[in-house]
Amino acid sequence: MAGAASRTTNPILLLLIAGVVVYVVAARRTSAPWSRSIVVFLRLGVIVIVLRVLLVIVFGIRLPGHVLFTLPHIPLPAWAAGVSIGGPVTAEAIILAAVQGLRLAVVLVCFGAANSLASPYRLLRCLPAMLYEAGVAITVSLSFAPELVMAIGDVRQARRLRGRPTRGLSGLRGTAVPVLERALDRSLQLASSMDARGYGRRVPISRGVRRWAGSATAVGILTLLAGIYGVLVAGSLPGGGIPFVAVGAVLLGAGLATSGRRTNRTRYRPDLWRLSEWMVSASGAVVVGSLVAAALVGDPGIEFSVYPLASPTLPLLAVVGILVGLVPAWAAPEPTTGVILPNDLGQGPVAESEAGMPPVPHQVAHGHDGAPETLVPVVLPGGAVP
Amino acid sequence: MIRFSDVTFTYDGAGRPTLDRVDLTVGEGELCVVVGPTGSGKTTLLRAVNGLVPHFTGGRLVGEVLVDGRSTRDFPPRELADVVGMVGQNPAASFVTDVVEDELAYTMENLGLAPDVMRRRVEDALDLLSLHELRNRPLAILSGGQQQRVAIGAVLTASPRVLVLDEPTSALDPAAAEEVLSSLTRLVHDLGLTVLLAEHRLERVLHFADSVVLIPGDGRTLVVGPAAEVMRDSPVAPPLVDLGRLAGWSPLPLSVRDARRQTGPLRLRLEGAVPSQTPPVDPEAPVEARLSKASVHYDRVVALDVVSLEVRAGEVVAIMGRNGSGKSTLLSQLAGVRPPTSGTVAVGGVDPSSLAPQALVARVGLVPQDAGIILYSNSVGSECAAADRDTGLRPGTTAAVLERVLPGLPIDRHPRDLSEGQRLALALAIVLAPAPPLLLLDEPTRGLDYSGKARLVRLLAGLAASGHAVLIATHDVELVAQVATRAVVLAEGEVVADGPARDVVCHSPVFAPQVAKALAPDPWLTVDEIRDALHLETVDG
Repeated sequence: MAGAASRTTNPILLLLIAGVVVYVVAARRTSAPWSRSIVVFLRLGVIVIVLRVLLVIVFGIRLPGHVLFTLPHIPLPAWAAGVSIGGPVTAEAIILAAVQGLRLAVVLVCFGAANSLASPYRLLRCLPAMLYEAGVAITVSLSFAPELVMAIGDVRQARRLRGRPTRGLSGLRGTAVPVLERALDRSLQLASSMDARGYGRRVPISRGVRRWAGSATAVGILTLLAGIYGVLVAGSLPGGGIPFVAVGAVLLGAGLATSGRRTNRTRYRPDLWRLSEWMVSASGAVVVGSLVAAALVGDPGIEFSVYPLASPTLPLLAVVGILVGLVPAWAAPEPTTGVILPNDLGQGPVAESEAGMPPVPHQVAHGHDGAPETLVPVVLPGGAVP
Repeated sequence: MIRFSDVTFTYDGAGRPTLDRVDLTVGEGELCVVVGPTGSGKTTLLRAVNGLVPHFTGGRLVGEVLVDGRSTRDFPPRELADVVGMVGQNPAASFVTDVVEDELAYTMENLGLAPDVMRRRVEDALDLLSLHELRNRPLAILSGGQQQRVAIGAVLTASPRVLVLDEPTSALDPAAAEEVLSSLTRLVHDLGLTVLLAEHRLERVLHFADSVVLIPGDGRTLVVGPAAEVMRDSPVAPPLVDLGRLAGWSPLPLSVRDARRQTGPLRLRLEGAVPSQTPPVDPEAPVEARLSKASVHYDRVVALDVVSLEVRAGEVVAIMGRNGSGKSTLLSQLAGVRPPTSGTVAVGGVDPSSLAPQALVARVGLVPQDAGIILYSNSVGSECAAADRDTGLRPGTTAAVLERVLPGLPIDRHPRDLSEGQRLALALAIVLAPAPPLLLLDEPTRGLDYSGKARLVRLLAGLAASGHAVLIATHDVELVAQVATRAVVLAEGEVVADGPARDVVCHSPVFAPQVAKALAPDPWLTVDEIRDALHLETVDG
C-alpha cells in the first residue's frame, strides 16, 4: 500500500488508500498494546501535511497562478537563490504542498498499519536462522520505542508528583535523563534475562570452519558492494557488475549459513504460509500493480496537476485496484486475542471515506456487504485489462 | 543439588563482601526459603546459583558454586539454562517475547529442542500453571499474578532441575500469591523440583518451606535448618512466629493450622480482654479527600465504577482488592493525574487535576509503587535540596523531615544504592516536606523487611495523629492490621466493603491477617495487641 501511495499524487486515490488501510486495521487489529500505533501515525500524518503547507507558505518556491495573499518579502543574499522568505502565495502552491504532504502522510499511515497488525517479534520468527542474531538486535531496538513512550509517561507523572513543571523546555530536559536511565535499566534486565534463558548457546565447530565462514562473509560483502556500484555506475566494471553481485551474494550466503550452524536453535510453531497468507500478499500486489498498470496505460488521473487548477478525476482502474486492498479485512486469519468486531469500529473509517469521496460509496458499501469471493472476481478482470 | 562451598563474593568497588564464606547445601526436591533483612544479600545469593553473579554483574567470587554437578566457574548462565530456571523480582522486565505461548517456548528454542517436544511441554506448562486460557494473550496486558505464573512457566518448560525465584509474591494480592505458591509446591511434590526462593512476606511462604536459609546480614554467618528451628531466634519472623514466641509455644507454629491447635491456653489467658479500640475519628474533622460517583474508563476498560468515598483528617484508610481492581487508579485520581471520566474528585474541596504541580504537592502527596521513580538526583543531599527548590520551601526543610522519618541516612549516597526501605523513606520525606494534608501510598511495603515495616507503621500512625489523612493501597494484610483505622475493599472498580479495619479484615478469609486467623472468632489482629492485653492482665492480677 505504501508502494502504491508513493506512485500517485491524486488526492482522491491517496485518501482512498488511507481509508482502506484504516478499515483493514480496524477489522483485524488485536487488543495488544502495539495495535494502537496507527493512531500515533495518523496524527503524525496530519502534522506532516500542516507542516508542509506552512513551510511552502513561508519559504516555498513561488509558483505562478492565482495569488491568494502576499506575505512581506525578505530579500536573501545571492547564494541563497531558490529559497525565499515571504512573497506572494498562490492557491496552486498550497494545493501542491498539501497533496505532497498527503502522500507522505498516507505512506506513514501504511507503516503505522503494519505496526498495528504485526508485532516485531513475529517478524523475527520468519527470519532464517543465520540472520537470527542480527534480527534480535533489530527487534530489541524496535521494542525500545514503545518502552520509551511508556517511560516518558511515567516520568512526567512522577515529575508532577514532585511539583515540577511537566511542560516547556525545563520539563523536557528534566524528563529526558530519567527516561533514558530507565530505558537503559530495562535493556540490562532484558540482557540478563536472555542470558539466563540460554540465549547465545553455541555448538562447538572447528576453528578452520569458523575462519572460513568469517572470511567468506567479509569477501562476499565487499564483492557485493563492488557489484552494486558497477550496476549503478554504468561502464565502471566489466559485465555491468552483475557477475560481481552474483559471486558476492553466493559468498555472503555461504558464510552466513556456515556461521548460522553454530547456533543450535529450533523454532516453536513457525508461522505457516497458507491460502489466507497468499491472498493477503496477492491483494497487496494487485494494489501496486493496478497503479503501475494505470500509469503504463497513461491514465491521466494518476498524476494530479495544478496546471490548470482542476478538481482531480477518478481513474477507475486504480480505484478498483486499491479496493482490492480491502481483501485482508476478511481473508486474513482472525486475530486470536481480544477480537474487536468490525461492526464496532469499521463503520467510522468507512463513513469517513464516504464523506471524502462522492463517487465511491456504493462500491465501498458493496464491498462491505458482499463476501470476499464476489469482490475478487469483480476486480481481477479489471486488473488484467492492460 | 545446589552446593556453595566457602563462597565469598564482593561487588566491584564495595568495601566488604556481600556474601561472606557461605557454605550451603540444598538437596534434591527441597523447597528452601531464603530469609533476611533488606540488603543482606538474598538476591546476590540467588543470582549466584545460575552464575549471573559474577558472570553478568562483575565482582569477585571466591569459592565454588556447584549446581547439579556443574560449577558456575566453567559454565556461564546460558549454559546452565537447562538446569537452573531463574525468575527475577520483576517478571515483566524479564519477558523477551510478547505473547504467552512464545514466551513459554523461548528457552526451549535456545536449547534447540525438537518442535514436537516443545509443543508437548508448552501444553504441559499451560495446564500445570492454569494458563491455557491466556495462551495467545500479549504479555503486556496480563495481571501481576498471571505475569508471575507465565515467568515461572517460561523457565519450567526447559525442565530445569532447580527453580530459583526472587520474591515471587511481592507484587501479588493474597489470593494470587497463594495460587502461585501452591503451583510451586505441586511442582516440588510431583516433579521432584528443587526450589530456592527469597521472600520478605514470610507469612505467605513459611508453611511451604522444607528448610530455611537465614542471612542475618550484619556479618554473622548463615543459619540453615528446618523452618521452626531457624525461626526461633531469627531477626525476621512472621506474626505467627512472634505470637508463638510470645505465648511460649514449642515447636513454633509455621501455619495457621499448627497455631490453632496450640491456642487453647492463650485463649484462656485472653478471656474477657478486648483489643484496645482505636479511637473513633472525629466526625467534625475536615474531609480531605472526596470522590463522588467517580468513574474512570481506560479505553474500554472500566477501572473505577461509580465510586463514592470520603476520607477525613486523622484516618488511615487501607484500600485492598485483587490485582487490577482499581486501587492504583483511585490513588492516581486523588493525585490529579487525570480527571475522572464522570463524577467528581475533590481534595480539600478542589479538583486535583486542575491544579498546577506546585499547588498540587502542597495539598496531596503520592508515594508511587516504585519509590525510585520520583528520585532523580545523584545523592540524597541534592535530592532534598532539589525538593526544597521545587516546592519553594525554606532550604533544609526536606532534610529535616528526612531526619525525622529515618535518622542518619548518609547524604552523599546515590539513591540507587539505597535499600528499598531507605529509598521509601527518602521519597516519603520529599512528599511530606510541603506538609500535604492528604498522603497517598501505593504498595509501600514491597521489598520492606519486618523492621522497615514496623518503622513505617509508627510513622504513619504519628502522621494520622497529627491530623494527616492517609490512604494506602496495599496487598499486605499485616500492614493493614497494624495501622489502618478503616478498610475499603475494591473489586472490578467498585467498592464492595467499607468499614472499620477490624470488621472488614476479620470477616474475610482472604484479607484476614495470621493472628486473626489463628484466634478466630476472637477479633485480635496483631501480636502487639495481644502483648498489650496480656500485660494488662498481669498488672490486674
